[in-house]
Amino acid sequence: MKNPIIKTFPQGGVHPHDNKLSAGSPIARLSLPKTVFIPVAQHIGSPAVAVVKAGDKVKTGQVIAQGAGFVSANIHASVSGTVQKIDEVMDSTGYKRPTIIIQVEGDDWIEGIDLNSEIRREIKLNPEEIIKRVQDAGIVGLGGATFPAQVKLSIPKGKTAEYLLVNGAECEPYLTSDHRLMLERGEEILIGVQILMRALKVTQARVGIENNKPDAIQVLTGLAAKYNGIEIFPLKMLYPQGGERQLVKALVNREVPPAPAGLPIDVGCVVFNVGTVFAVYEAVQKNKPLIERVVSLTGPAVKKPSNFLVRIGTPILEMIQAAGGLPEDTGKVISGGPMMGRALNSLDIPVTKGMSGIVLLPRGESQRKEVLNCIRCAKCVSACPLGLEPYLLMTLAEKKFWDRAENEKILSCCECGCCSYICPANRPLLDYLRLGKLTVMKIIKSRKSHG
Amino acid sequence: MNSTILYSILLLTSIGILSAVVLYFIAKKFKVVEDPRIDEIEKVLPGANCGACGYPGCRNFAEICIKADDLSSFYCAVGGNECMAAVAKILGKEAVAKDPLMAVVRCGGAYAHRKKSTVYDGVRMCAVSHNFYIGETDCAYGCLGLGDCVTACPFGAISMDPSTGLPVISEEKCVACGACVTACPRLIIELRKKGPKGRRVFVSCMNKDKGAAARKICAAACIACGQCVKACPFDAIKVENFLAYIDFNKCKLCRKCVDVCPTGAILEVNFPARTEPKDDTAQPAKTEA
Amino acid sequence: MDKSKLLTISLSPHAFGEFSVRKIMLGVVAALLPAFGAAIYVFGLGAIQVILVAVAAAVFAEYAIQKFILKGPVTITDGSAIVTGVLLAFNLPSNLPWEMVIIGSFVAIGVAKMSFGGLGNNPFNPALVGRVFLLISFPAAMTNWPKPLVNRLAVTDALTGATPLAILKEGIKNGEKVLDLMPQLPSYADLFLGNIGGCIGEISALALILGFIYLLYKKIITWHIPVSMVGTISVFAGILWMVNPARYADPLFHILSGGVLLGAIFMATDLVTSPMTPKGMIIFGVGIGILTVVIRVFGVYPEGVSFAILIMNAFVPLINKFCKPVRFGESTAHG
Repeated sequence: MKNPIIKTFPQGGVHPHDNKLSAGSPIARLSLPKTVFIPVAQHIGSPAVAVVKAGDKVKTGQVIAQGAGFVSANIHASVSGTVQKIDEVMDSTGYKRPTIIIQVEGDDWIEGIDLNSEIRREIKLNPEEIIKRVQDAGIVGLGGATFPAQVKLSIPKGKTAEYLLVNGAECEPYLTSDHRLMLERGEEILIGVQILMRALKVTQARVGIENNKPDAIQVLTGLAAKYNGIEIFPLKMLYPQGGERQLVKALVNREVPPAPAGLPIDVGCVVFNVGTVFAVYEAVQKNKPLIERVVSLTGPAVKKPSNFLVRIGTPILEMIQAAGGLPEDTGKVISGGPMMGRALNSLDIPVTKGMSGIVLLPRGESQRKEVLNCIRCAKCVSACPLGLEPYLLMTLAEKKFWDRAENEKILSCCECGCCSYICPANRPLLDYLRLGKLTVMKIIKSRKSHG
Repeated sequence: MNSTILYSILLLTSIGILSAVVLYFIAKKFKVVEDPRIDEIEKVLPGANCGACGYPGCRNFAEICIKADDLSSFYCAVGGNECMAAVAKILGKEAVAKDPLMAVVRCGGAYAHRKKSTVYDGVRMCAVSHNFYIGETDCAYGCLGLGDCVTACPFGAISMDPSTGLPVISEEKCVACGACVTACPRLIIELRKKGPKGRRVFVSCMNKDKGAAARKICAAACIACGQCVKACPFDAIKVENFLAYIDFNKCKLCRKCVDVCPTGAILEVNFPARTEPKDDTAQPAKTEA
Repeated sequence: MDKSKLLTISLSPHAFGEFSVRKIMLGVVAALLPAFGAAIYVFGLGAIQVILVAVAAAVFAEYAIQKFILKGPVTITDGSAIVTGVLLAFNLPSNLPWEMVIIGSFVAIGVAKMSFGGLGNNPFNPALVGRVFLLISFPAAMTNWPKPLVNRLAVTDALTGATPLAILKEGIKNGEKVLDLMPQLPSYADLFLGNIGGCIGEISALALILGFIYLLYKKIITWHIPVSMVGTISVFAGILWMVNPARYADPLFHILSGGVLLGAIFMATDLVTSPMTPKGMIIFGVGIGILTVVIRVFGVYPEGVSFAILIMNAFVPLINKFCKPVRFGESTAHG
């Protein structure tokens, strides 16, 4: 089904250069490292609890940390070998967290996993079994949010799911892992969509792909013709097209109520990233847990911008070496894309479930410019996709007017970065917005606990 | 006289007199009757309105003192014991003299001891840096050096030392109001007893990492070796979470812990210089400027 | 510690757009170049002198205040003082004595801008404050325009004549009908191209519209304020004209004469003193339009744009308070 109308969200957004340097690089399987560092907290919710100790031998795919509670996820060994120790190791937040360190010995998989590369099309599990399998496989949102998938699949009472929306927008500059996945594993992704449709008991699925990926749109549209209920929609190239709320608005023209209370299920939608959908296919059809993912290694000065299929826990230096080495003048290393990604404070960081890409920026592009007075140009207001007024919220946060900031809906901010991106006076709008959100949430929590 | 001018003067004067009368009666009717002692007490209070006493403003503190049965739990940090004695005299109650407190910065991670591992290019506020990043070094507990404490101090008692990157608190200006304690997101500043002649001993470290890890991050870190606990004759030191802490109520300022600390994490302040020279050149300086 | 080898960390975003304050200011100056060209062609040396003096005085005022009085950073390189100087000059007659131009610049920068805290903090348009100050202090010199296209090499002592609006006002006061006054007034072609008397920047509608298109293309301003202001003037003046064409001039005349186009495109759209949301901007433009026509038709002054804009500047904080952008998702949240 070819849809001629390019859909988009009507309010706000900016146009950064998409810099898709690694778009032409097919996914390359990275060779196994000597040691892997697997943190037990790679997802939103309670960290998993380690079930192995130093000296234990583990096989690839074995559970090494158990999810604690419903909003949590299992962690599996991505390699086979011996557990060296469980230590506090720095992760992408810069803080040290409990991490399981494994000395790699070969690649011995546990029993029961289908290692054959043939595409399995028949879906044999019922909805409850699918959700259980997704939970056991430790699947979390691979777009970067790392929200445990089984929670999204369990529709709360009183709400109904109408649409499954698949996020193939990849609106962040530089990142191409989703793009390559759609090009090379399109059919598996569509089978994954069918699996999720069955789990959610919906009959309609819409896949949104930004139109800077015409090849992926063509491939998936051709494949989707065989499947009932799956429609591929080209989306306008506009950041943040892949943001949850913007995607729902673009694909089904409904507005999710504001954060923190509003969720897509409130308007009958469940949103999943294409990488997550692929992981669901592998978990349900091959019984394979989440132990590897596609990561883009890119940047203006990178010799060979690439997309690697990496085992979780691989040090990022391995990827950097495989892409031609660390560029001379690297000033910033970003986990994720340049709009919402996290600048890393060290190169000794392992790949985790939420790492969609590593962008290496040269020193010239790493410094912020001088901050000037707000000239009230209102570009931040027109750029904000959620209809907020960042210039005002920054002033309120600076002056600590937290009650007024709450009334001006500071908690709705999705931290997309459009405001800071567009500001001509280089004002650190998002820094203050984040501080404001944190403080207002603390105030609300203490207000609730004091009755 | 021109009749216009005459009528103008008469009209405006009568409006003035009428307004004055109306205002007089309104002022009388809506007058708030207050205890005259509130004004008296407010006069002896310092008027800083800093909130250190726990009440919003000096006037409110005065009202609370009048209502209280005894003044032992009320203390004006800025006015000190003299001021509380004056308040007590007005109210005919007893004032309890308290040991003066002083804000103490419990981090010894100066540039010389704690290596920078990154350059922070964001908004220069400790609150922002702490909530989203570990800071410019690998210490998750140490001073970020961006000066939220300096901005918070209503008395101008704190300044950043550019050679160490740590805040310096003035002995004379600090009144222990506690503003810097709340401002510091890592709770590095603590209100401790000022001590006789301003002398105090404290552990200048907040690092709760295991000893070896802490030492790698900062040369002046507390490695929780426990030597100070053994050396203290008054049982004033406890090691918890790989960090030593000196209880300032039990500490008798004997400084035995300072002698045995291998990294120099324990500092002594305002003591006279020792006569025997310390030949342990590997140790960082133990006295605060 | 060799800082140059360390990684930099900061919060996202790590990429930034191409806008900067200086680019915006220079963009405004570039948009004013066609009007600048028209002014030199019609008024000659006088225009050049006024513009240069105004800009130099404005930049000097900002430099002196920031360096010697405030003792803080000097920001004259951001281009905003230059823009204020140019816009002030464009609102003055080209034969204004240079001493008055300097006073105007000093008031514009010193009183209207720096005393409120510098760029971004002023509630009133600085160039207009300077202009209105001069108008009220030196009414004779400010309402004494040189004849267009004659004596262009003379700076002062140029032959003077009244503007089209002044001719209209005088004539109607004397009881003449608009139609009878038409021969004394310039043709629409002259009004459009700029062969008329008036302030330096306001004469050529064509030049100003070219500037408008440039500003829209560079995304420095949006269409809302100019369109709502000019639209309101057309409608309001149009209604009056249809009711009594003998007394009220037609809307096209109102738009092409005086400072309407200069005011709509360059003065009312001043970023610092205009509202922050499209809805607010339209209310702002409508207000200016109504006030302009009221002052022109029922007031003493022949021209009302400057006062109208300044009055509406005072309402901008109120407009900002009530005209918030549409919050995403609120309509779903409240059913």
